[in-house]
Amino acid sequence: MSAHDTAEPTRRDFLYIATGMAGAVGAASLAWPFIDQMRPDASTLAAASVEVDISSVTEGMSLTVKWRGKPIFIRNRTPKEVDDAKNTALSALKDPIARNANLASDAPATDIDRSAGAGKEKWLIMVGICTHLGCIPLGESGEYGGWFCPCHGSTYDTAGRIRSGPAPENMAIPPYQFVSDTHIKIG
Amino acid sequence: MSGGHSTYTPSTGLGKWIDARLPLPRLVYDSFIAYPVPRNLNYAYTFGGILAIMLVSQILTGVVLAMHYAAATGLAFDSVEKIMRDVNSGWLLRYMHANGASMFFMAVYAHIFRGLYYGSYKAPRELLWILGVIIYLLMMATAFMGYVLPWGQMSFWGATVITGFFTAFPIIGDPIQQLLLGGFSVDNPTLNRFFSLHYLLPFMIAGVVVLHVWALHVTGQTNPTGIEVKSKTDTLPFTPYATVKDAFGMILFFILFAYFVFYMPNYLGHPDNYIPANSLKTPAHIVPEWYFLPFYAMLRAITFNIGPIDSKLGGVLVMFGSIAVLFLVPWLDTSKVRSAVYRPWYKLFFWLFVVNAIFLGWLGSRPAEGSYVHMAQFATLYYYAFFLVIMPVLGLIETPKRLPNSITEAVLAKSKNGGLMAGVTAAPETKG
Amino acid sequence: MKTILTGLATLSLGVMLAVGLVGGSALAEEAHSAAEPTHFPMIKPQQEKWSFAGPFGTYDKGQLQRGLKVYKEVCASCHAMKLVAFRSLEELGYSEDQVKAFAAEYEVQDGPNADGEMFTRKAIATDYFPSPFPNDEAAAASNNGAVPPDFSLIAKARGVERGFPTFIFDIFTQYAEGGPDYIHALLTGYDHTPPEGMQIPEGTHYNPYFIAGKSLAMPKPIDDGQVTYDDGAPQTLDQYSRDVSAFLMWAAEPHLEARKRTGFRVMIFLILFAGMVYLVKRRVWANVAH
Repeated sequence: MSAHDTAEPTRRDFLYIATGMAGAVGAASLAWPFIDQMRPDASTLAAASVEVDISSVTEGMSLTVKWRGKPIFIRNRTPKEVDDAKNTALSALKDPIARNANLASDAPATDIDRSAGAGKEKWLIMVGICTHLGCIPLGESGEYGGWFCPCHGSTYDTAGRIRSGPAPENMAIPPYQFVSDTHIKIG
Repeated sequence: MSGGHSTYTPSTGLGKWIDARLPLPRLVYDSFIAYPVPRNLNYAYTFGGILAIMLVSQILTGVVLAMHYAAATGLAFDSVEKIMRDVNSGWLLRYMHANGASMFFMAVYAHIFRGLYYGSYKAPRELLWILGVIIYLLMMATAFMGYVLPWGQMSFWGATVITGFFTAFPIIGDPIQQLLLGGFSVDNPTLNRFFSLHYLLPFMIAGVVVLHVWALHVTGQTNPTGIEVKSKTDTLPFTPYATVKDAFGMILFFILFAYFVFYMPNYLGHPDNYIPANSLKTPAHIVPEWYFLPFYAMLRAITFNIGPIDSKLGGVLVMFGSIAVLFLVPWLDTSKVRSAVYRPWYKLFFWLFVVNAIFLGWLGSRPAEGSYVHMAQFATLYYYAFFLVIMPVLGLIETPKRLPNSITEAVLAKSKNGGLMAGVTAAPETKG
Repeated sequence: MKTILTGLATLSLGVMLAVGLVGGSALAEEAHSAAEPTHFPMIKPQQEKWSFAGPFGTYDKGQLQRGLKVYKEVCASCHAMKLVAFRSLEELGYSEDQVKAFAAEYEVQDGPNADGEMFTRKAIATDYFPSPFPNDEAAAASNNGAVPPDFSLIAKARGVERGFPTFIFDIFTQYAEGGPDYIHALLTGYDHTPPEGMQIPEGTHYNPYFIAGKSLAMPKPIDDGQVTYDDGAPQTLDQYSRDVSAFLMWAAEPHLEARKRTGFRVMIFLILFAGMVYLVKRRVWANVAH
């Protein structure tokens, strides 16, 4: 090439590099909407919390509601169930963590931390999905009088804690709060 | 691909290993880097690249829209509105797809007119041209079926009218229409199959595009002079010369595209398509999308019976014929000179043809009544006369201007600084 | 030879022009039979000023809130808006609690409950504006046979043809407000008297701005002072029409602001990038004759 070209290589290289970078930035920005559209949309996000009337759930009764497409078990436990759960030593548990989204992540899996808290111990509200592979366990069944998952035989006690079988964790407690004595808001 | 010789020499061990097993890098190198293009291509020749990128854009936006769209009569309209309102960036993707279709056609018309102007269809490029017409036909089918999917009033009635074309044919007409619709009128089966085909056809277009580009790389590009490449000084390597010019053309085109998507997203559409389909109420004026308007005008121009052919069948035949005639163009043009640059009379009639096509488009948007019909009849006549009379006759009687001996000579005549020519070795071997 | 060709060319040009002229004058005649017009609307809508027009247009939240009030108190008794969710009203500047309270003023059908019965409950934020009629047939029956159209998209579903050459200029002026212009013109266009000799079908109301005929089934829906504004805006028919038109534009195109904002960034980027690529192109081609 001629001397004309070698006289200003830096300026030319700068132009080429800058244009290439601008093109890369443009292409990356264009890619974003294509990824963005896969995230949950506005209607899905808006449905992220539900309010449930629990006044009709009497002692020993259960209610299943849907929250984010998952079943939520709301159980008004009998005193016997509460006592059974309370009398289980933490050391007997396979998973000693409460798995309660409303508490600290290392809260122990005591019955009070699994339930709706002091004064509302009879209420157990949890995501009704077996922590093994996502099946829905059957209520009031299994060795411990709690839940039994028919898929692979995981057994949960009356506080929804895993006691035997392949599931690794206690059933999850979703974020919720009592907006009144008869209404809870999940999510 | 071209000329049968390859200058690709892999420099690394891995490159050599791959080249001995699957010479894909060699194919890319020969087709898009060393491939020689005439040095005098102007910006009219960038539309091929623009069309390629628009096809990719339509397929990408279409695939993501299909993640949210529901092809059922009860859900289709609302699912499109959900994309517009709730899906993240959904409005952008949908407006890109809807306006992208218009941009695609704008580019394809520019590409076709360029071909007609520079005689790109003439031997030995007849198959290249015919493949292009096939792509155009597939595009029309894809665009038509895509327009049905939002299930608005224009979707529904457009589908009704267009599938109604087939009823014009005696005996076989009605069975064909029922076969297309999957029923006796446009309904859920129609919508379902249109969605399926709308998803399929773009990939068929992509397949024919591969053949189109293959055929192009066998014969090489035409150029504004219409003279075939004779020596290495006539050409430049595709990269960087054509690549950077195409890139600039594409970005200018994207500016136009973005202008419509962000500022006038509904300008090219029809308000009635924001009304959900109603099978009991026809809109006051049914008009197709703008890119079909010239053909729609020709369809409606035939208001009289021609012997045993009634006006309905006549209109349909005239409309289908207007596309079919494109297949014959390589043989209708009798001129020995390829480019309109050296054919003053062809140039004049060509531009008249362009004006006439736009005029037909405008007529297609008017109601078919009164003097509009007569104007459409006249314009239809010119459309056909251009191909069937002017092209063959003009080639025989027109005296062309003096042609340069080669592309190089034409370029040197144009370029004031002829000395530069000697300094550039344009042969692919020494560049890239 | 040359003369034949020149003749041919002039002939075709001449015929084109003649056809155009004859056509034009014939059309002019057609349009001017005042009592029995064939093309609608009889009067094209005025072009109004809108805050959301142009490349930097944004919605005026106060106006949208007033428009919502007009819709709720006047239009909603007949016109549904079933694609618009209450939750989206937060975009009008309301808080989550205000939206909840607003939604609770509506009743929606839900169910079935445990006994298999459908029941009505107070609407929540994720519900959509309910329809005032259970179905289209009921709507037609109580409205003189005409179904009041849904308002979710009305501002994009109506547009009066602009005609040549205005539609070319519209590309450059970015005119995209045909819908609101039309709604405003229709609402303020009821007080005209029909031209002499015009027959107005029983049960319909003359309005020269109506897009599909000389009269429509809807009587004048709103008049001065009918809706109380609490922000001091004039309580006139003109202002109501403007506000509700703007609100309906928002309902039809809720992401308009984001669209124009993104568009500005994209255009700036593309123009700069085009400049850079042009410079690269010039460098690459600098020593090549072409």
